[in-house]
Amino acid sequence: MTHTENFPTELTGDDIPMVRFQKVRKSYGALTVLDDLDLDVAAGEMVSIIGPSGSGKTTVLRMLMTLETINDGVIYIDGKPLTHMPRAGKLVPANQRHLRMRRADIGMCFQHFNLFPHMTALENCMEGPVQVLEIPKAEARDRSEELLELVGMIEKKDQHPSRLSGGQQQRVAIARALAMRPKVMLFDEVTSALDPEVIGEVTNVIRKLVSEHKLTMLMVTHQMGFARDISDRVCFFYGGKIEEQGRPAELFGNPQKERTQQFLSAVREAV
Amino acid sequence: MFDWKWDFVWEIAPRLIGATGNTLVAAGAGYAIAVVLGLILALAQRTPYRVLTFVVRELVEFVRSTPLILQIFFIFYVGPQFGIRLSPWMSGMIAIGLHYACYLSEVYRGGIEAVPTGQWEAATALNMTTAQRYRRVIIPQAIPPALAGMGNYLVGIFKDTPMLSVIGVAELIHTANAIGSENYRFLEPYTMVGIIFLAISLPAAGLIRLFEGYVRRKLGL
Repeated sequence: MTHTENFPTELTGDDIPMVRFQKVRKSYGALTVLDDLDLDVAAGEMVSIIGPSGSGKTTVLRMLMTLETINDGVIYIDGKPLTHMPRAGKLVPANQRHLRMRRADIGMCFQHFNLFPHMTALENCMEGPVQVLEIPKAEARDRSEELLELVGMIEKKDQHPSRLSGGQQQRVAIARALAMRPKVMLFDEVTSALDPEVIGEVTNVIRKLVSEHKLTMLMVTHQMGFARDISDRVCFFYGGKIEEQGRPAELFGNPQKERTQQFLSAVREAV
Repeated sequence: MFDWKWDFVWEIAPRLIGATGNTLVAAGAGYAIAVVLGLILALAQRTPYRVLTFVVRELVEFVRSTPLILQIFFIFYVGPQFGIRLSPWMSGMIAIGLHYACYLSEVYRGGIEAVPTGQWEAATALNMTTAQRYRRVIIPQAIPPALAGMGNYLVGIFKDTPMLSVIGVAELIHTANAIGSENYRFLEPYTMVGIIFLAISLPAAGLIRLFEGYVRRKLGL
C-alpha cells in the first residue's frame, strides 16, 4: 500500500507532464489488472500502448477517462490530480464535482464507436458543446461542421449512425470527441471492430491529428505498423506492468526483453 | 330465443356514450399519472441512495402484489380515517395511476437496462451530468423498446376502469348497471358495453404499433 494522501497536491517544476500515473494499482477482487503503474506522457506526445489481451492496456485508458476507479496511487492531468482532490493540503479521493471539472481535459474514442443512435452525425458532435460546454448552438454547429470536414464526414452530417459504415461512425466519433476541445485524446482500439478495407480511413484521420494538432494522445492498438509510424513512444504492457518502452524504431527494431520479442514475433507471424 | 329490443338500444345509447367519455377520461388521466410517476419510480430505484431505492422497490412490489380493487377501497374508504377525503373520481385516478405506475416502472427499468453500457461511457466521456445522461442519451433510447409494454398497459388501464364503478364513478359498467336496474333489462346495456370496449381496444392496439414504428424512425433507430 502506498499512502496517496501524502502524494503532491499539484505537480511543480519546469517539465510538468500532461498525464502522470503515479503508483497506480487496479484490481478486480483478487485479480490485479495493473500493478504499481508509473507512466508520464508529455504535452503533445503520442504514446501507443501495445501488448497481449489481458495485459491491462485498455484499463489504462479507462482509468484516465474515469470509467474505472483506481485502487491505489494517483493520476494527474496537466499537473493537477484527477482521481483525487486536495483537502487541507492532503489528497483525498475525488468527488463527482471534482471529476467533472478535471475530466473536461480528456476525450475518448471507443472500439465500438458508441455514437448516440438517436442523433445525426452533426447532432452527435454538437451534443457535448451545447449541453455540457453551453456554447451557443450556431457556434457549436460551425465548429462541429469544421470537425466533420476534418474527418471527411461533412457530406453525411445529417445521417444517423445506423446509416453509416463502421469506419464512418468511428470518424464521426473522433469529431465528437474533438468538439469538446480536450487536451488529451484517448483512442481505445479504434480500428479493432472495423473491416480491414476501412481501417485506413480512420488511421489517416489520426495521422492528420498527429501532424496538424498539438494534442496529447494515448492509443491502445493492435496495428503495429501504424503505432510504429506515428508514435513518439511505444509502451509494451505485459501482466499489468510496462514490460518495455521506447521510441518505436528501438522497440520494434531491437526489443530488449524476451516477452517483447515473443509478442512481436507472434504478431508478425499472424500477419 | 332472446329478446333484443332496438328501441331500447337507441334510448340508452346517449347515456352509454356519455359514460364512454368518462371511461376514456378516467383511463387517460390515470395513464398520464402512471406514465410520469412510473418513470420517477424507475429512476428512483437507480439512485445511489440505498434507503430511497429500498423503499421504492418495496412499494412497487407491494402494489403489484395486491389487487387494484383493494387499493381503490383503501384510498376511498380508509383514507378519510387519516384525514384524506377524496372524491370518488380523485380516489379512482390516484389508485389506478399509482397501480399502473408500478407496472410501468418495471417496463421503463427494462428499457433503461437494455441501453448498452457504451452509451453511458460515451456520455461520461463527454463529461455529461447524471441528469444530462438520462435526459439526452439514456431515456430517448430506453423509450422505444418500452413502447410495446407501455401500449399494453394503456389498453390494460382502459379495461380496468370498471373497477372504479365500485366507488361510484359513473363510467361504463356503473352506467350499464344503473340502466339495467332501472329498466329490468341487462342484455342490451351489457352487450353494448362489451362492443364499446372492443371498438376502442382493438384499434388502440393497432395504433400503438404504428406509433412505435413512427417513434423508431423518428429517432433513427
